Amino acid sequence: MLTLIGKRLLFAIPSLIGVVIVTFLLTRALPGDPAAYFAGPAATKEAVDQIRKKLGFDKPLIEQFVRYTNDLAHGDLGTSLTTGQPVAAELRNRLPASAELTLLGLVVSIVIAIPLGVLAATRPGSWIDHLCRVTTTAGVSLPVFFTGLVLVYVFYFRLGWSPAPLGRLDVFYSAPPTVTGFYLIDALIARDFEAFRSAFSQLILPAVTLAIFSLAPIARMTRASMLAVLASDFVRTARASGLSPGKVIVTYAFRNAMLPVITTLSMVFSFLLGANVLVEKVFAWPGIGSYAVEALIASDFAPVQGFVLTMAVMYVLLNLLIDILYGVIDPRVRLEG
Amino acid sequence: MTAQPLLDVSDLTVEFTTRRGIVKAVQHVNISVGKGETVGIVGESGSGKSVTSYAVMRILDRAGRIAEGSVMFSGIDVKAATESQMRDLRGREVSMIFQNPRAALNPIRKVGHQIEDVLRQHVQQAQVTDRGETAIEALEQVKIARPRERYHAYPFELSGGMCQRVVIALALACNPQLLIADEPTTGLDVTTQKAVMDLIVELTRRRAMSTILITHDLGLAAAYCDRVVVMEKGRVVETAKSADIFAAPQHDYTKKLMRATPRIGVSLRDLLPEEEALSSASPRARGEADVRSAAGEGDSPHTVLADTAPHPNPLRASEQTQPLLLVEKLVKEYPRQGAGSVLTRLFGRKPPVEEEIFRAVDGISFSIDHGESVGLVGESGCGKSTTSMMVMRLLDQTSGRIVFDGEDVGGIMPQSFARLPRRSQIQMVFQDPTDSLNPRFTAARAIADPIMQLGDIRGRDALRDRCEELARLVGLPVNLLDRFPHQLSGGQKARVGIARAIALHPKLVILDEPTAALDVSVQAVVLNLLQDLKQSMGMSYLFVSHDLNVVRLLCDRVIVMRSGRIVEQGTSEHVLGNPQDAYTRELLTAIPHPPLPVA
Repeated sequence: MLTLIGKRLLFAIPSLIGVVIVTFLLTRALPGDPAAYFAGPAATKEAVDQIRKKLGFDKPLIEQFVRYTNDLAHGDLGTSLTTGQPVAAELRNRLPASAELTLLGLVVSIVIAIPLGVLAATRPGSWIDHLCRVTTTAGVSLPVFFTGLVLVYVFYFRLGWSPAPLGRLDVFYSAPPTVTGFYLIDALIARDFEAFRSAFSQLILPAVTLAIFSLAPIARMTRASMLAVLASDFVRTARASGLSPGKVIVTYAFRNAMLPVITTLSMVFSFLLGANVLVEKVFAWPGIGSYAVEALIASDFAPVQGFVLTMAVMYVLLNLLIDILYGVIDPRVRLEG
Repeated sequence: MTAQPLLDVSDLTVEFTTRRGIVKAVQHVNISVGKGETVGIVGESGSGKSVTSYAVMRILDRAGRIAEGSVMFSGIDVKAATESQMRDLRGREVSMIFQNPRAALNPIRKVGHQIEDVLRQHVQQAQVTDRGETAIEALEQVKIARPRERYHAYPFELSGGMCQRVVIALALACNPQLLIADEPTTGLDVTTQKAVMDLIVELTRRRAMSTILITHDLGLAAAYCDRVVVMEKGRVVETAKSADIFAAPQHDYTKKLMRATPRIGVSLRDLLPEEEALSSASPRARGEADVRSAAGEGDSPHTVLADTAPHPNPLRASEQTQPLLLVEKLVKEYPRQGAGSVLTRLFGRKPPVEEEIFRAVDGISFSIDHGESVGLVGESGCGKSTTSMMVMRLLDQTSGRIVFDGEDVGGIMPQSFARLPRRSQIQMVFQDPTDSLNPRFTAARAIADPIMQLGDIRGRDALRDRCEELARLVGLPVNLLDRFPHQLSGGQKARVGIARAIALHPKLVILDEPTAALDVSVQAVVLNLLQDLKQSMGMSYLFVSHDLNVVRLLCDRVIVMRSGRIVEQGTSEHVLGNPQDAYTRELLTAIPHPPLPVA
């Protein structure tokens, strides 16, 4: 197992190198001059040139690249021009916020979508099948900023059940000491149940917004894959040997049907992690998606490069995790180490 | 037979609700099975034999239901029983074994656990102290070597025959009274088939169980059943003791089936129904054959005349001296799983430490002459498919020579070989007529495909004319050319595959079990068609098959392979009539021989 993990990580290195090169070139190819942006609209040409020189943007591309990779090798992702903070530190703060939100959203989504998909598959054409279809279609066709705004309007503005959508914690609480970066877990570790409650109530609306959106692919995939497995020969054998319906559906059908569902989960997760800028905007969530978009608008190279690289690493790790999970569920995969 | 049969199916009708309305898959079927009796249900695909057995178990899918009649199993009305009563019946009183054993087992669950699942469901807690031991015992009874180890195996780690033994163990774990075996040996090698059938018989006899054997193979039914029920299109056409039915078949359909079954001492023509065998003797009957084929399902014409297109073998006379295909010391090696990883080879860190090698084909030599058909037989894993793939240049050989028509093609890269004009001289007909056709191509498009790639016919009309000509040649009604594969029958799809293969006037056609997926009556027609085409077009065949009876009929010479080596080769009569090698003899004796006196 360890050799498998090591091998997979080794194989990821070339693609990471590729990501570094491509993002570096792409950011350089973008229109917009970071020096001009940084100097401000009133700056003279000399001032802009001076800043450009200071930032090293006057050097040839290859030299810039060598310096960038050298910094990268020392764990330095550069400094953001707009905030003046080191990119690595900002990503470290913001990534857990995005990850916590996405994970909770995904958990909510799984808890609803998988049973829904299984029930829909075992009773095709029944009311629950139609419910599944309607929910998933509605969920995927409503844009997240819209569902987010509706939720805020109903639960904050109308009903007043949830706190103001302003970040990860109510202003009256201080963040729990950082262990994992996930406020919910950190608060539990610190036994600060008030902070936990506050963090949770801030988290629930954006998480539900994400869940509604990600319901569709998961439920649909569960249903389709369950239908395929239920029609397979070994399920017929199980039924012909008189096993109880529960046993047939859970042990025989569901475990086999999980394989494509897990793949879908990983895709949905990595997609949501970087792409839920709109949700982060609506709920003033300090995540990495909004960070990257703001940096991109400002032609701020370092954060964009840092963001893309982080996402690439996340992708590699996630895929590895999925492959390990696959191996746990499906013994046939284990051989191909 | 006892006064009250164990299973009594009377007047059974099963309906399926489909998009095109209600379809009656089984109509007014009467079958009874006495205690300890073995009854065979024989019929071709679509005869309703499997549906009947599913109705007995009440495991029809959602769309199917028992519309009329009754199924009584030892006093229990299966039609009226509750679902939980049925669940107690299944596995404990009636159990079933299926075709394709590998798919019939849960791929991600240890086989031992799957047997335990059944035990847990049916056996009282108190009765069994250790279910694991019972499961191992069940594996032992089906003669699985090292049952204690195999208990922890997953289905993909076992061979097909082994998987079928596990399925049998699963079915017999709770000592049922009735075993339904649905094509239990289809897809298994003949020797495995014999072992599995003997095992079933031995186990059921010892337990005084009743058995229903569902099969398309008359020989198998005759060899193992007390009584045989013949079904056609959802109806029972004949029921009799197996000795009687083979000695004196009453119904026309039974006679037709028996005629079509390949066996010793008959020629290809004998397989066809009498009136067609006569018509094929006079090849001038082509016009009528076409009319008939257009009117009927298209499974009748096999009459093929000389190809109107010129034969592409002007060099024939000079070539007579050398064989068309010469294979010398052909070897194909595969590295064993996990021997050297890609990475270690990539970085070259570890020198390959005695890389373990599996020889799929181990230095074989043979030749095929012009106009000759050679059978390549052996059981699965013997390397016969690998050999045919290498001759097709779909695989690279490790060493050895493949000389085709005077040129060493073995050294040519597969990519460039695909574009050589010589490529058109070797064509292939694949095993599964359905899977080998692109579902999005019409029959005409499929047939035209090789011509468009390598042929010299250009222009829509010319191409269409050629397709129609080829369709007539293989007896495919021209009006079916615009249909898609799913709209064609198995026999028609096989014809499309053959028409595609002969579209470029190849000199050598490799036939990879072309009739394995077909019913016997269709197989008889297709085999005759192949024979006629060979004669009229002067082609050579390399016929890859595991069915010795079919090889005997079609091939001039036979090559018997085992574990990558040739154990015996020679003329068909010689090898199959008077085998020298022990393995060939074993293969021949494993074929179930029906007592078939053909009138």
